[in-house]
Amino acid sequence: MNAPITFHENARRVVANPVLRASFRGAMDFLMAKRAAQFPDLDAFEALRTQGEAIRQYSLARLPDLLEQLEANLTRNGIQVHWAETPKEACQIIIDITRKAGGDLVVKGKSMVSEEVELNHALEAAGIGALESDMGEYIVQLAGEKPSHIIMPAIHKTKEEIARLFAEKVPGVAYTDSVDELIQIGRRVLREKFRDTKVGLSGVNVAIAETGTLCLVENEGNGRMCTTVPEVHIAITGIEKVVEKLEHLPPLMALLTRSATGQAITTYFNWISSPRREGELDGPKEVHLVLLDNGRSQMYTDERLRATLQCIRCGACMNHCPVYTRIGGHAYGTTYPGPIGKMVSPHMLGLDATKDLVTASSLCGACGEVCPVKIPIPDILMQLRRQSQGTAGGIQLPAAGSGRRPLQSMAFKLWAGLYARPLLYRIFGFFATRLRGLTPKWQGAWTNSRAPLRPAAQTLHERMRLSTTRD
Amino acid sequence: MNTARERILGRLRSHPSAVASSGHLRPNDLPVPPAPTFSAISGSLALDDAIASFRRGSETFHAEVIDTRAGDWRQTLAEICAAKNVRHLVLPPQSDLMPWPNGPELRKFEQPIENFKRELFDDTDAGLTIADGAIADTGTLFQIDPRTTPRTLSLVPPIHFCVLNVNRILPTLQSAVASEGWQVAMPSNLVFITGPSKTADIQQTLAYGAHGPKELVVLLTEGAA
Repeated sequence: MNAPITFHENARRVVANPVLRASFRGAMDFLMAKRAAQFPDLDAFEALRTQGEAIRQYSLARLPDLLEQLEANLTRNGIQVHWAETPKEACQIIIDITRKAGGDLVVKGKSMVSEEVELNHALEAAGIGALESDMGEYIVQLAGEKPSHIIMPAIHKTKEEIARLFAEKVPGVAYTDSVDELIQIGRRVLREKFRDTKVGLSGVNVAIAETGTLCLVENEGNGRMCTTVPEVHIAITGIEKVVEKLEHLPPLMALLTRSATGQAITTYFNWISSPRREGELDGPKEVHLVLLDNGRSQMYTDERLRATLQCIRCGACMNHCPVYTRIGGHAYGTTYPGPIGKMVSPHMLGLDATKDLVTASSLCGACGEVCPVKIPIPDILMQLRRQSQGTAGGIQLPAAGSGRRPLQSMAFKLWAGLYARPLLYRIFGFFATRLRGLTPKWQGAWTNSRAPLRPAAQTLHERMRLSTTRD
Repeated sequence: MNTARERILGRLRSHPSAVASSGHLRPNDLPVPPAPTFSAISGSLALDDAIASFRRGSETFHAEVIDTRAGDWRQTLAEICAAKNVRHLVLPPQSDLMPWPNGPELRKFEQPIENFKRELFDDTDAGLTIADGAIADTGTLFQIDPRTTPRTLSLVPPIHFCVLNVNRILPTLQSAVASEGWQVAMPSNLVFITGPSKTADIQQTLAYGAHGPKELVVLLTEGAA
């Protein structure tokens, strides 16, 4: 399995694989075109995302109060609230609930937070099965892989690869590369599990504090299955997902589904506020919410990084990222890939383990331009680079400065010194051009995949002087 | 006792300076700007426009919309059941629909799902529900009360028939949130449904009937069903 610390190696492998690159290029072009078709009027988009940003900032400014209000209202509605500081705590809470319910399997709707805490491994270690039921997640789980995209987990696979996987791993299935038939195979296998499993798990897209409501968007219906049919429903989410009022929801949803998959709305928009009540014939008898921190309170402490928490996990930043499009989701070695992953992973895994991620950006700014809640992603990446170099000033994150390399720092200091002093610069230019034959062939990271830089025979200043004398 | 809850809230509260010194994150000075009217719809809609917009939205998402206002929706339902070869139809608990000649076997969802799971999952062709309302903007149905519409009735059977009173088509989700009073009386499960279940998880190819119904048929009526 890839790790963020071997990012460069991981990335090189993908760049050399034409099938993978075509999969990602095709999928990203598709998602970008679908999103663009939903926002034909750029002024209207700008007005809507300004409102989305305001709602998220308003909510974050009141975060501790809203979490308490949410907890009080959920509890009043009969939903049990649990708090977890770390992935380990979150998994233990879920294991305990499942054991108490007498469950030996958890059927899962799509939840990136459950990936973040590596719930499936923890359940397995506790002797409990975990079954992904989102079609993409099911495919990825069957292949023993991780999602390569937060919205479309299996985009790295072609339908032929999926056809071979099903024929090999699903009992009694012959090879077919008809997408309809493949989906029907998945449907048949998973339906039995929805029917017979005691515990269902889901994520949460938005939690409403004033009513104590958990909102979920999805297209397949597996989310509704997992939250409706099993006796126990466990939802897991990060502490940042709460908003105060119900009226804050429609603008965020309009932004989320359009930005994610280019749809005005998803097939299902599911608001869960309580377990089965007196007089109701179906629905879970118990509903639990696990609120996870895992680095989020650290993002909150530094106001230059706090906007990270505005994220509504639409994935548009990934779809528009020239780096993500070329290397795909697995190369990052983190649960969340792409620009969003570069922003959140340093808080979850540490600055040192992720030091190569914050620099894997050309800072082209596409992510910031499409972000539906206006997170200044390039600025945040710059701030994380400063933290990594130990030059951030103010609040220092744990392991600040761990990305610093003495030779590189010296080179940049030297460069800054030369460029700030005209006389020194000219002397340097004179000798660099005259002695260009001595330029080293090895120039650090630059020459790993590029030809060495070699100064011209004359400096630009000299050439300009020559050309003006000629006139 | 120092619990995870207190430690998390404590950390969030330990940075008041970050809130106060920031230009835009001051809790009490931050009004949420009024909602931009993002959809093509603003204000209320004439009935015909509401129906037309609902139909457009719904059909975009692959639902079938049939206007039965000139006749009886029960008659239309019988015809579609015959055309789609529906043999087992599940009805909501309060339904007064009576069997018809050569029609499907009718079963009422009137006991807890635990006693009814196998039938519902394995031996049902279609489910019938009555919508509590709809959203014109996106062609979305909503169902608010699991007592009158069990949650799984719109989800588990392969075909979903839904009867919608056209007078209950509201312009936008925003207007529904403003007018329906959910803030004070939130149902245990409020579900918005737009078209049949679908997925594009295999090579971005759209396929219907992922885990929920493959088909959604909306029968428009006027007045209570």
